Amino acid sequence: MNTLVCIKRVPAASSAVTLTDDAMGVDTRHVGYTTSPHEECAVEAAVQLVETHGGTAAVLTVGPEDALEQLRDALAMGVRSAVHVVADSDAFGPADVARAVADVVGARAGSDDAVDLVLLGNDAADTGDFQVGIRLAYRLGWPVVTGVRSFQVIESAEGGRVAALGDGPDGVEHFDVPLPAVLTVKEGGITPRYPSLPGRIKAKKAPVENVTPGFEPAGSGRVRLHLPPEQPSQVQILGEGADAAPALVDVLEQIGVVGR
Amino acid sequence: MILVLVETQADGVELLSAEALTFARGIAASGDGDVQALVVGPHPAATLEGLAAHGVSAVHHADDERLAAYSAAAWAAAAIDAAKTTGATTLLAAASPRGNEVLAHVAARLDLSMAANAVTADAGTAGTLVVRRQVMGGAALEEVHLSGAAGAPALVTMAGHAVDPAPAAAPSSPSVSVFAPALTDADLVARVVRSEPVVNESGALTTSRVVVGAGRGVGGAEQFGDLLELTELLGGALGVSRVVTSLGWRPHHEQVGQTGSRVSPDLYLACGISGAIQHWAGMSSAKTIIAINTDDEAPMVTKAHYAVIGDLHEIVPAVNAEIRKRKG
Repeated sequence: MNTLVCIKRVPAASSAVTLTDDAMGVDTRHVGYTTSPHEECAVEAAVQLVETHGGTAAVLTVGPEDALEQLRDALAMGVRSAVHVVADSDAFGPADVARAVADVVGARAGSDDAVDLVLLGNDAADTGDFQVGIRLAYRLGWPVVTGVRSFQVIESAEGGRVAALGDGPDGVEHFDVPLPAVLTVKEGGITPRYPSLPGRIKAKKAPVENVTPGFEPAGSGRVRLHLPPEQPSQVQILGEGADAAPALVDVLEQIGVVGR
Repeated sequence: MILVLVETQADGVELLSAEALTFARGIAASGDGDVQALVVGPHPAATLEGLAAHGVSAVHHADDERLAAYSAAAWAAAAIDAAKTTGATTLLAAASPRGNEVLAHVAARLDLSMAANAVTADAGTAGTLVVRRQVMGGAALEEVHLSGAAGAPALVTMAGHAVDPAPAAAPSSPSVSVFAPALTDADLVARVVRSEPVVNESGALTTSRVVVGAGRGVGGAEQFGDLLELTELLGGALGVSRVVTSLGWRPHHEQVGQTGSRVSPDLYLACGISGAIQHWAGMSSAKTIIAINTDDEAPMVTKAHYAVIGDLHEIVPAVNAEIRKRKG
């Protein structure tokens, strides 16, 4: 049972962003980077699969040299090895990323490292394309379930299956698909662990395979970025502390959420 | 022509799909062509009435017993059939989990680009569609130009609450055509095998007129008593920031924001929430935003309509007492 979990290095911006001079990207000179939140859950799931079922878990990213930092974070959580498809993330659209991942999965087919399950995040925190996992599944000819909150792998003589659940419009929805498969994970059901100090030390020595993409990317189609229209602050300060309660309730009455 | 993938619920057209139909009329007005609707599988009788109110010229209903249980691939097969038959140049859906998923399947099957979470879309030159879509959780907008042609439509999902849903100026009497999409066994592998209704959980959060938001400023899992009381007094739902669920103070289904629910209530009352862009993405379309915060420079305060500065644990009990007093 071998799992490949895909992560993306994304800007860790929490307040308003600024754009680069050519408006083709977000100015990241003053922000740090992190892994997309859904993907941290996917990494945790991959580590748990090895703990429960044995086999291996590898982490993959398609990104710049600096994305090694995010690969090391995943390794520190307990993933054994990493694959770094070195590429300019901005030049790679969702179809390109899916193709790069499919190439890695394809290269491992038939070997001891053959991938049974690919985990991704439901959507990347920066580009939010919602497509890579699905495009990957079609390239591989595997089933895909998106928005997975939690799942179990069931191994049997007839081959493995995945029982996955997620939140649908009417409640919790259950899926049951045969392996190999692609799942995209959504935050909410799997809590990522904090890397241990020994985990961090081990991560520094863990093998990272560098891969050069074997094709020219089609791109994301980005013409440019815009900032949303800036709204000047129009806040009306109702007061300070408990004394402002009557003024606040006046507003609640005005907008009709408290009846007189 | 713009074909809208419409999701339904017990009382007809689902809210985000009603927004998408409104959005589609805006695209149609910027170019030419009409708006038609695609409904997949079983749906309530009130759906047709809702679609007529939105002025659609035709309704296409993909009907097959294998569509009774949701499968994104099967829905995508139906959408592709309908788009080909009608010669749609744009296929639009709400950026709901279903909408994003189905359109991504369509994109993969037809090898087309797709723009998720669009906030504007206008007809450009030479049959292109000029789209601005949310990236970085809505902190920036990406402009993309999609080419839309019969057989290879522009694929767009509309960000939740980018427009207010409104009926068309003139309702229509749409034609209804029922078709059986070509489905393969592979299209049915990843389908819902079982679902459990969830009672009064995240559903109440996304439909509630009032959401009381709670952030790090609450201080701990045991500190929610006054906020829950306020929520009850206002007949609303509690929504929380990501830090609150990460710290385990409240369950994830209450999370509002980029990785939680998107809400669009009449009132969002943000208590102890600084207003990170990831949270703002989930509640910015609230009609009125009131912030209670100790920091008068917190983004949530400066972007709110009203604010009270101070400790929420002093202010909220006073507000609760005032509401009870006025209610008598």
